[in-house]
Amino acid sequence: MTTLTKPEAQPTPQGSEHFLSVRDLYVQFATEDGTVKAVDGLSFDLDRGKTLGIVGESGSGKSVTNLAILGLHNPRNTTIAGEIMLDGQELTGASERTLEKLRGKKMAMVFQDSLTALSPYYTVGRQIAEPYMKHTGASKKEAKARAVEMLGRVGIPHPQSRVDDYPHQFSGGMRQRAMIAMALVCDPELVIADEPTTALDVTVQAQILDLLKDLQQETGTSIILITHDLGVIANTADDVVVMYAGRAVERGTVRDILKTPEHPYAWGLLGSIPRLSADVNVPLAPIPGSPPSLLNPPPGCPFHPRCAFAETVGGDRCRTERPQLPDGRGSACHLTVDQKRDIFIEQIQPRLR
Amino acid sequence: MFRFLTRRVLGAIVILFLITAVTYFLFFVLPSDPAQLACGKNCSNKDLVSAIHHRMGLDQPVYQQYFDYIRGIFFGRNMPDGQNCAAPCFGFSFANDQPIWPLISDRYPTTFSLAVGGSAAFLVIGVGLGMLSAWQQGKTFDRVASSISLLGNSVQIYFIGPLAIALFADNLGWLDHGHDPTWTSDPIGSLNGLVLPCLVMSVIFWSNYSRQTRSLMVEQMAEDHIRTARAKGMGSKYVFYRYALRGAAASIITIFGIDLGSVFGGAIITEATFGLHGLGNLAVNAVFSLDLPLEMAVMIFSASAIVIFNIVVDAAYALIDPRIRLA
Ligand SMILES: Nc1ncnc2c1ncn2[C@@H]1O[C@H](COP(=O)(O)OP(=O)(O)OP(=O)(O)O)[C@@H](O)[C@H]1O
Ligand code: SF4
Ligand SMILES: [Mg+2]
Repeated sequence: MTTLTKPEAQPTPQGSEHFLSVRDLYVQFATEDGTVKAVDGLSFDLDRGKTLGIVGESGSGKSVTNLAILGLHNPRNTTIAGEIMLDGQELTGASERTLEKLRGKKMAMVFQDSLTALSPYYTVGRQIAEPYMKHTGASKKEAKARAVEMLGRVGIPHPQSRVDDYPHQFSGGMRQRAMIAMALVCDPELVIADEPTTALDVTVQAQILDLLKDLQQETGTSIILITHDLGVIANTADDVVVMYAGRAVERGTVRDILKTPEHPYAWGLLGSIPRLSADVNVPLAPIPGSPPSLLNPPPGCPFHPRCAFAETVGGDRCRTERPQLPDGRGSACHLTVDQKRDIFIEQIQPRLR
Repeated sequence: MFRFLTRRVLGAIVILFLITAVTYFLFFVLPSDPAQLACGKNCSNKDLVSAIHHRMGLDQPVYQQYFDYIRGIFFGRNMPDGQNCAAPCFGFSFANDQPIWPLISDRYPTTFSLAVGGSAAFLVIGVGLGMLSAWQQGKTFDRVASSISLLGNSVQIYFIGPLAIALFADNLGWLDHGHDPTWTSDPIGSLNGLVLPCLVMSVIFWSNYSRQTRSLMVEQMAEDHIRTARAKGMGSKYVFYRYALRGAAASIITIFGIDLGSVFGGAIITEATFGLHGLGNLAVNAVFSLDLPLEMAVMIFSASAIVIFNIVVDAAYALIDPRIRLA
């Protein structure tokens, strides 16, 4: 039967093993100007059936991290170190053949810009059917039937005829749905959605996020949802990693991050959530300053050139000593736990409402 | 597709009209009197010249002459002196009073065969080299191929032609010397006779096509949709041929369309180099014998051929790119 079901998800063994576990990941690109340290010692975990939100400004290394999980970086100029364990299998250093078998089958990706991410030369149906044929050995006919089914599943009207359309004949929202259909066609256990809604308008955004959530409920797949918009993860994610300059600077449940964020950078991100209820005349408050150079990251806390609280920490600790991110809930910042709580309650929260 | 092609055909008709009109009037305003030319050197008899004027229709207003000329091409016509000229009628040669069309139809198979065969050769070799280079990007083959194709860029047909004949035909005896094709009576022999000329002609196009193909393929491989295909688990070879090549092909076809004129030029030089009898040879003879109707006919015929081939190229482009086909 071709329904969107998946083999019984094995419950994660108590405490120890996560479905996906990234440890001390480093991704560096050799460029003409030097080595770009795009991901710099990143760790996070994801359990089965859960959604992990990865948030951070543009250039913080979100896409690079996830392309590394799929092994899609060009080995010629990329150095990857660290550990990526997917369901007990080590992915860093795995052979291209091994990865090819996993991609699209066990782990799949939904890209941001569906117009450029789909080939203009092949029908939507063919592009959905392709991985299904490759990974399941299905015939052309079966694969096409599966493509029709998937298109229907993601809410494309008249999938029977739309399956033969080309991407440019779809609207942006429909293309994104088709892309999700393509990612889910082989019932992957891990879906990485890289800013799946950024190119879409607000109502369609909500629909796409709902769709992802519904599909997750049905299939029990794990999702990594990448975004630079905390608003997007509010209703979607279970856990959140906040990334800055290739590192995780704060980690917690979605409730932790939204209700009691600890890192000054996360406060900044929170301040830039657009609110539907907000007065359109009040401009968003983006974080002042710009992301640091990844060629020569600033010493100490990479956020210090933009941080308003380095003085509160005192001395030049922020400029010299790199704050560590504790395991589990926590943030990589030299402020004390009390300072973080007090500053958030007294100075940040009042400005968010 | 239909709308796209209709638009192209209509555009082509306009262009053909312009080409014929400009060519016709160019020849009309030439200082030399065609009647004088047709009459010969020692023709000083006024009556005879004006008789010829009448016979050639030169006493008619110029637009009438042009109209008759075009009508003749499509439907044939009776010349003012009552001589019948069957369609496609380009008039009569000054040099020998023969109808012109048979002269052209006798010659164009050579030129077309060279153009088509030469194009096939440089597309296969140039695009093939470019694809291999892109696949082997930065490796030894890539560098060797780019040097070789650069070499091809700096040679001339009339220089390597004789060398190739001496080497491959005379010494090694691998290939035929090259001769005019006679497709209906001897297709195999025609093919054999074209191999060497077509290969020689293709050399000057190698470097451009291999360089362009290489950079197009490299560009394509960096496209988002290539990454998507790889993220689906498709193999890198599959992605290279099915996705990247498909995208590059559209651009290669466009470049080819732009090059059609040079392709015909190349064919004509090749003809001369190999001593073949094609349109180039015909045109040169026409110029030397001041055979205006023949010159004009060759010009109009070649220009029309290029315009028509352009439509074929456009159609191929549309077939490859659904965004145009379905527009
Ligand atoms: N192939 C590459 N070579 C060199 N630098 C790269 C390469 N890919 C990414 N980078 C750099 O790595 C950094 C992180 O990029 P990444 O695409 O992961 O950002 P992101 O967090 O996904 O941002 P966005 O929200 O804009 O998608 C950027 O500064 C980018 O310029
Ligand atoms: S460590 Fe210092 S600079 Fe970095 S975020 Fe905390 S207070 Fe700001
Ligand atoms: Mg990104």
